[in-house]
Amino acid sequence: MIRMLSFIAASLLAFTQIAAASEEVVLGLSKDEIAITATFDGSSILVFGAVKRETPIPEGPPLEVVVAVSGPSEPVVVRRKSRKLGIWVNTASVTVDSAPSFYAVGTSGPFNEVMNDSADLEHRVSIERAIRSIGASILNSGTPEFVDAVIRIREDEGLYKIVENSVVVDQQTLFRTSIDMPANLTEGKYPTRIFLTRGGQVVSAYETVIDVRKVGLERWLYNLSRENPMMYGIMSLAIAIAAGWGASAAFRLLRQG
Amino acid sequence: MRVRDFMLIYLPIAEVSVNAFLLLGLGGAVGVLSGMFGVGGGFLMTPLLFFIGIPPAVAVATEANQIVASSFSGVLAHLRRKTVDLRMGTVLLIGGLIGAALGVVVFNYLKSLGQVDLLVKLCYVVFLGIIGSMMFIESLRAIRNTRSGIAPKRKKHNWIHGLPFKMRFRTSGLYISVIPPVIVGVCVGILAAIMGVGGGFIMVPAMIYLLGMPTKVVVGTSLFQIIFVTGFTTMLHATTNYTVDVALAVLLLVGGVIGAQIGTRIGTKMKAEQLRILLAMMVIAVCVKLGLDLLIMPSELYSLGESGGH
Repeated sequence: MIRMLSFIAASLLAFTQIAAASEEVVLGLSKDEIAITATFDGSSILVFGAVKRETPIPEGPPLEVVVAVSGPSEPVVVRRKSRKLGIWVNTASVTVDSAPSFYAVGTSGPFNEVMNDSADLEHRVSIERAIRSIGASILNSGTPEFVDAVIRIREDEGLYKIVENSVVVDQQTLFRTSIDMPANLTEGKYPTRIFLTRGGQVVSAYETVIDVRKVGLERWLYNLSRENPMMYGIMSLAIAIAAGWGASAAFRLLRQG
Repeated sequence: MRVRDFMLIYLPIAEVSVNAFLLLGLGGAVGVLSGMFGVGGGFLMTPLLFFIGIPPAVAVATEANQIVASSFSGVLAHLRRKTVDLRMGTVLLIGGLIGAALGVVVFNYLKSLGQVDLLVKLCYVVFLGIIGSMMFIESLRAIRNTRSGIAPKRKKHNWIHGLPFKMRFRTSGLYISVIPPVIVGVCVGILAAIMGVGGGFIMVPAMIYLLGMPTKVVVGTSLFQIIFVTGFTTMLHATTNYTVDVALAVLLLVGGVIGAQIGTRIGTKMKAEQLRILLAMMVIAVCVKLGLDLLIMPSELYSLGESGGH
């Protein structure tokens, strides 16, 4: 129902917009805030929208959609282990100036067919290009293997991913996709880009920002631990002592009763 | 919601999702062991937390928090029974606070170098290796000598009595220099800060064999020292590293308290030597697993960390 309402709202908005391209995107997001709560197990965000056009659907290759969600970019220290005296020790480190904490791409078909190489080069959509363009300036230059490591490790952790055929396009007009978010995501602004393509060429691009915040008790605890660590420490001790005492007292009562 | 994720809980500081039952179960299992063997359990819990994917820095700091809580009711019981040498406890504590501060400085320095995981794991391999094999050998010997009944004697006079700054410890019936207890305290404090353990497994033998304290006040006095040193360590980690995860501590604690009650009952039904050989084998197994992780080439040579700023 909410989705439907949003869609109607988006459609209404579409009429008021002045078209620059012949086809452009009107977007709705299921949530513009993603919540992490006590039972947070990696939420998913639903991206959906409609294509607004003043002319009939053009002939030729069908309309394809690419959705790219990026997390806030932060500096990352990459460390490499090597064998010292028989054990594996961190011996080299490089600071990558900036790398997104999360990057996911959803496409309506195989990536290479949906977006050709020159379009990818221009818009930097694939993981390789998106990360390299942001993390291009490395403090110690000449160490591409460290940037490779960032990409590889985050791909393994599911933080960087391309999910092909995950965008459903209906009647070349409506599209929707859901992008899974990991549990350990970073708070902040998540720039989200949507590309409409035909025959691998980008015909329209749309950009918005999703605000991701931890909510509830988790957010409160996290913020307290950073902003008022003394208070947080005392509180942790008090809670732990109370819990330990309470549990043993409860057990004693159980045994007696 | 998927069924297998039903009890996944998001730990706000560790920033990982873990099954709540796994944490309760771990707390319970280590609690059973600590109840059975009368040990704190921190030296088993911390490496187990590494194995389930809690970052070592968070595991160490949170374990310190948990130890404060799990020792609290024990201290109260000993205070009621007047089996705490408060004077000796205070001297040990002064050393402990110095040691904890030193330990956190070393911990944070190595953290900035990216070597803190290695430091913590190496400390564990060394200590678990030594303690595990000593316990194993001693329990084997004890089983062989059950009938001859050789009991370790506490020394009344040794080189310690030649040291200056003597003090009278009435509860323990001792008149010794404060230097050895302060040094014992410093060592235990360093271990608490770096390894997230109470240090009872070092302090108790040191108090009996080195300081010559009577056995009946040893446990209460060591708990008294541990509670303040681990409390201080928790505060240091919380304010400098932001690595104390209170949600993790509470879950482990609840499991731990219940487990300890069950463990105490099991412990009374088993022979002491069998128990100790069992514990020794467990300690050695954890040590071997940690050691192999350091020796075998890791599948991923690179690791990511936050840059020094925050």
